[in-house]
Amino acid sequence: MSFTRLLAVARKEVIQILRDSRSLAIVVIMPVALMLLFGYGVSLDLKGLPIYVYDRDGSQQSQDLLKRFQASEYFNVARVVNGYPAITRALDDGHAKMGIVIPWDFSLRLRDGGPVQVQALVDGTDDNTANVLIGYAQAVVQGFSAETQLNWLRGRGQSIQPAPVSVETRTWYNEDLESSAFIVPGVLALVMSVIGAFLTSLTIAREWERGSMEQLISTPVSAMEIMLGKLAPYFVLGMFDVIVCALIAIYWFHVPFRGSYVTLLVSSALFLVVVLSLGFFISVLAKNQFAACQIALLVTFLPAFLLSGFLFPIEQMPVVLQWITRILPVRYYVSLLKKIFLKGTPTAMLYADLIPLVAFALVLALLATRSFHKRLQ
Amino acid sequence: MPERPEQGTSVAVENLVKRFGGFVAVDRLNLEVRKGEVFGFLGPNGAGKSTTIRMLCGLLKPTSGRALVAGYDVAREPEAVRQNIGYMSQKFSLYNDLKVIENLRLFAGLYSVPSNKLKERIEWALQMANLKGQENLITGTLPGGWKQRLALGCAVLHNPPIIFLDEPTSGVDPITRRQFWDLIHKMAEEGVTVFVTTHYMEEAEYCNRLALIFHGKMVALGTPAELKRGSMNGELLLIECEPLGNAVEALQSAPDVMDAAVFGNALHLVVPDAASAMPRIEKYLADNGIAVGRIERIRPSLEDVFVSLTTARDLGEEGKA
Amino acid sequence: MTDQVQPAIEAEGLTKSFPGVRAVDALSFDVRSGEIFGLVGPDGAGKTTTLRMLAGIMPPDAGRATVAGFDVIRNPERAKHALSYMPQRFGLYEDLTVDENIRFYADLFGVRKPEREARSAQLLQAAGMSEFRKRLAGKLSGGMKQKLGLVCALIHRPKVILLDEPTTGVDPVSRRDFWRILYELVAQGVAILTSTAYLDEAERCHRVALLDEGRLLFCDTPANLKARMSKGVLSVTSPEPRRLRSELEHADGISSLVLTGDGLHVVVDDATRRIPEFEARLKNASVPFDAIQQVAPSIEDLFVDAVGTGASPHA
Repeated sequence: MSFTRLLAVARKEVIQILRDSRSLAIVVIMPVALMLLFGYGVSLDLKGLPIYVYDRDGSQQSQDLLKRFQASEYFNVARVVNGYPAITRALDDGHAKMGIVIPWDFSLRLRDGGPVQVQALVDGTDDNTANVLIGYAQAVVQGFSAETQLNWLRGRGQSIQPAPVSVETRTWYNEDLESSAFIVPGVLALVMSVIGAFLTSLTIAREWERGSMEQLISTPVSAMEIMLGKLAPYFVLGMFDVIVCALIAIYWFHVPFRGSYVTLLVSSALFLVVVLSLGFFISVLAKNQFAACQIALLVTFLPAFLLSGFLFPIEQMPVVLQWITRILPVRYYVSLLKKIFLKGTPTAMLYADLIPLVAFALVLALLATRSFHKRLQ
Repeated sequence: MPERPEQGTSVAVENLVKRFGGFVAVDRLNLEVRKGEVFGFLGPNGAGKSTTIRMLCGLLKPTSGRALVAGYDVAREPEAVRQNIGYMSQKFSLYNDLKVIENLRLFAGLYSVPSNKLKERIEWALQMANLKGQENLITGTLPGGWKQRLALGCAVLHNPPIIFLDEPTSGVDPITRRQFWDLIHKMAEEGVTVFVTTHYMEEAEYCNRLALIFHGKMVALGTPAELKRGSMNGELLLIECEPLGNAVEALQSAPDVMDAAVFGNALHLVVPDAASAMPRIEKYLADNGIAVGRIERIRPSLEDVFVSLTTARDLGEEGKA
Repeated sequence: MTDQVQPAIEAEGLTKSFPGVRAVDALSFDVRSGEIFGLVGPDGAGKTTTLRMLAGIMPPDAGRATVAGFDVIRNPERAKHALSYMPQRFGLYEDLTVDENIRFYADLFGVRKPEREARSAQLLQAAGMSEFRKRLAGKLSGGMKQKLGLVCALIHRPKVILLDEPTTGVDPVSRRDFWRILYELVAQGVAILTSTAYLDEAERCHRVALLDEGRLLFCDTPANLKARMSKGVLSVTSPEPRRLRSELEHADGISSLVLTGDGLHVVVDDATRRIPEFEARLKNASVPFDAIQQVAPSIEDLFVDAVGTGASPHA
């Protein structure tokens, strides 16, 4: 193998990347854009959900209940209204996710010892959110109910323990339960997929399409030199982007980083080998750039988005899909990312994820090498 | 009502000029093409050929001057011009993934062939192109000669009085080329005017008249024979001798030799007068230790004429600058 | 011209088929050092396929070939050091400068820096492109791109150069320049195999192989080929070529007849006999004509004659 030839191929590739504004934009702007997009744009948190309130009683007790709703960080009492139509309209056009209606005989019933029901009208289009809202609303009302009961009993001279059982929660790994911490590490996998597979998939296909490949294969340069020479710049760019994205995650989004930098880099390097090999393989097969990039996106970006556990937890997927994710290299990389960032898992315990990644890297690299021949057929 | 040129003139160009910013692409072009004539347009790339054709096809507005094509003014009535011309480029006009019949229907539509004439015209095109029975073949799979005839068929579905051909037969074998040109000549006989642009000197020989364009100006106009006779600066000699390499060098500096170049196994020399030059050259070579095998006058080809005219112009321009 | 013991290119029985078509059919020929050898024939004749096989990028179905002494079929990679291939769409990188393109190919062939700089300066000067070194290849004119392609192909001093239709679509002046460079190269002992669909370009080669549908029709010098033609070729000029044709179409002794812009090109069995016959005939029919002359046969005449007489079947 000639180092001069390999370097010549790599040099040409670098010059071409630098002079192509689209490639350059993808390498430089895309990672930052994706980080910001997912860091800010996607929030799985449910806080400050707008609700409308219709108080038909207007008593001290109903006001107390309403204050509880207001105090809760999950709700934002957007408006107090005077009729059902307003609530219906608000639910229809999305100004409110829920409407609370307090019956006219709320305080009367309470004085008599209850029971009384508060009506909650919920926008069920997004069933996830609806369930959460119902849960929170019930929690607020139950809290109110318990306190009312306590006061009632005290009023009759009986004292009981306030609340016999309660749950003391400690949130590990993501104390603020910020979904950005959950999402952002996974964005690295998306970025790697685009750089590693998408950009690379264009490289061989482009030479065929433009006609320069025919002349290239008539020169002494070997298939391996072409492959390594073409992939090397993308590897370097990929690693560079890993560092950039990690810095954005840590210093901009304040995602905790508890693991080892070395492990992060090694995992990323392994995953890069995987996607680069895939991209190269696709480029060899596809013969034209359009087909190549479509396939690359389908095979790398889409699974990274939907099935890697980056956004949608794998454990909540149907069993069939869970089994499918086992053959996706990106699943292991995302898992590693989350563990390295948020859990700080010692490297010794990461083997369940590292070993499959190494295996994939070897197999795909071999596949890519075998796929490219210096022949016209 | 625009003026119609005299009967019998198909294309009339008067002082046509096209400027792109400070660059003059076409510089006061004047010519007339008669109905039923096969007219050739030659010139190196960048000479103004394509620009002229685009103006004549109504695709580009002239800066000044006038051109009437099929009686319509290209600047004022470009749409009418386009409906009255056919354009054929063998390498570019057909859709390779369509069937033969589909390409024909497409072009019939593009050229607004009236629906009551559609079937008849397509039948005629198939017949003329000798493609009857092959309607359902995919265009991309056709051999070169067939594609060419199909492209021609598509270009004339609407019976235009003028057709523009862009290098129609380059790369095609001579037999197919001759059959194609038979077709063209038949059309010309029926009054269709044919405008050909090409680099391919063998195609140029099929034209009744030729115009040579260089740097936006017309530098020669005439039949192929006239051009070969009159336009060449000097006369052409063929010399076979050994060793060839030394002979070229020696002759470059010989008196009376305007140009000397290797041509295969022989030399081509351009001299002012062949008859007087032959004995002198033979002696000159002998004096330099080169034995002459054969020396004779040959007719210049169109390519010789082309090169002679364009390089002379170049030198002329350089002299001026 | 030096004759070496072994020809620079030897092809023997090369055969290649694609689905539905036999592109190259048992082709055999050789090319000597210091020679320009032309593969001539229309599109589909098998020229490109033959060149690709000789460049070592397309394995043949059958046959052997050596290039610069190396077996290019069994061991293509070794042969590639000594040869240069310029395909029809040659491998210039439009987003690289002239210098960068040259450096790329120099590196691929292992040309070291001092040699590369000297040689590229020399070649660029010969091509008249010295001031364009820093220009992007995409911004060069068509003729210059061609010359750059040639410079890149010559940077490593190959013994054999394979060119696939290098002058297609190029105007006659640039074509002449290109051929001048080729002649200088062969004077240095390089062997050049070039293909062309322009039959008149065949005349510029030292030897020519005429191909039709994958098969070799002839292989010889242009002069010998023309001498072989037993028939005579006449050129008749007239202001009314079509009348000329209708009058002479059915005359005796004609094997083929072509209408040109200003007359008729006729292949006859015996020129001396037929000229006066035609003159008489035309005078009788009052068809105006300027002259009837015998002319040297062109390669095209040869081709049509061979193919027309059934040397190979044709559509």
